[in-house]
Amino acid sequence: MTGLLADTVEDPPVCLAIPGKIVEFVPDQPHLAVIEVSGVRRRVNIDLLRDEPLAEGEWVLIHVGFAMSRIGVVEAEEQMRLLAMLGEDTLAMEELAGYRFSEPPARAEDNA
Amino acid sequence: MKFVDEFRNPTLIRQASQEIHRLVEPGRHYRLMEVCGGHTHAIYRFALEDVLPESIELVHGPGCPVCVLPMGRVDDGLSLARDPAVILTAFGDMMRVPGRGGSPLEHKARGADVRMVYSPLDALKLAQQNPDREVVFFAIGFETTAPSTALTLQRARLLGVKNFSVFCNHVTIIPAIRAILDSPDMRVEAFIGPGHVSTVIGCRPYEFICRDYGKPLVTSGFEPLDVLQSIVMILRQLRDGRACVENQYARVVPWEGNRPALRAMAEVFELRPFFEWRGLGFISQSALAIRESYAEFDAERRFSLPGVRVTDPKAAQCGEVLKGVLKPHQCKLFGRECTPEHPVGALMVSSEGACAAYYNFALRKSNGAEPVGV
Repeated sequence: MTGLLADTVEDPPVCLAIPGKIVEFVPDQPHLAVIEVSGVRRRVNIDLLRDEPLAEGEWVLIHVGFAMSRIGVVEAEEQMRLLAMLGEDTLAMEELAGYRFSEPPARAEDNA
Repeated sequence: MKFVDEFRNPTLIRQASQEIHRLVEPGRHYRLMEVCGGHTHAIYRFALEDVLPESIELVHGPGCPVCVLPMGRVDDGLSLARDPAVILTAFGDMMRVPGRGGSPLEHKARGADVRMVYSPLDALKLAQQNPDREVVFFAIGFETTAPSTALTLQRARLLGVKNFSVFCNHVTIIPAIRAILDSPDMRVEAFIGPGHVSTVIGCRPYEFICRDYGKPLVTSGFEPLDVLQSIVMILRQLRDGRACVENQYARVVPWEGNRPALRAMAEVFELRPFFEWRGLGFISQSALAIRESYAEFDAERRFSLPGVRVTDPKAAQCGEVLKGVLKPHQCKLFGRECTPEHPVGALMVSSEGACAAYYNFALRKSNGAEPVGV
């Protein structure tokens, strides 16, 4: 998604969080993990959850590009359902797709 | 019932509602404040007030970041965008918040380089991609969002990015709750505590509310059943004459909060001596500023800001709505001069704002839609 397109969508709420499953860690980028949400894969920052080791297959809640809490699979399903009920599942997916820092970097040093 | 079918657990919803009806004492009026704008949104979206007894009044709290931001700060941030060297970045919530000279989106339409981002890390990346420009991130939010700004600044330092700074408007929820408790026109019996703020700060910081003010607080999830269960927990405390912090959202909220988040915030931010909140006025130690050790990333130090104070449009009663003294529809501008399409006040902008939530959802009842039903 381009910045221009992003400006045309509705405002994503600041508070609601998006559930994602950790599917991969990023080599040489210990602060990042690849998460999957409804089949879409993006990188998010996992620095807030590094006190205890994270494992592939774990579920997290994502807020503004950061995994902010660990949750169970049941809670993840509940959260996705809640977003759908609030009519915000599309916005959540747009937010994920809109993370620019998440794009594979052209150069390693570009990796925010 | 149309909406009851949407719920995963209509039976539990009915049971919770029945329990609430059972717990309320005849002749007693209950004013419960949901602190978080996410709860306000959910309460209106699911028409939860319709499954509650009339004696329970939900008062909408200050937990909507764009709603409590005074217009002067919006103008200060937008003054940066007049500098052609600057790319001003902000979350989508901020884009339509009116300043005195228009919203960020209107500034963009007039040619200013204002861009919406989904993450502060996006703003940092933009700075890396535009080394000849100054990228400023207009940071808003409570403790849910402040750690992400702190970590972004730590990364900016690690990566040696020199053209990135933050206009910091992060606020903290505890002083706002204290201000509400100390306000003479506020009579709230208990609090539905914020969900995601509590994942960061934990439950301990709320204990003074019970200890010093004798009022219960229950941190709550965002599903309809969560909110109803939290109300049950509050009513049981009130019935028994107890006041303590309880955690309905324990599946997500750890009692001690998130230590890496608290560490990052402590390293990057310090408390401002005071900060102005729309509707609540100046509250001491209620907002975060960037520490001296991160001064090079502080837009307030890097740029000269006008530091203006702007009073809200006279007819708008945002302050009274924010404090729960007025319901959204009781404001003179509601639904007339002030609508989600043409907001006068920030409460009508954010989906978490009481006015926008009320406008979008509460009004649908008059269009024949059913509440959740009991």
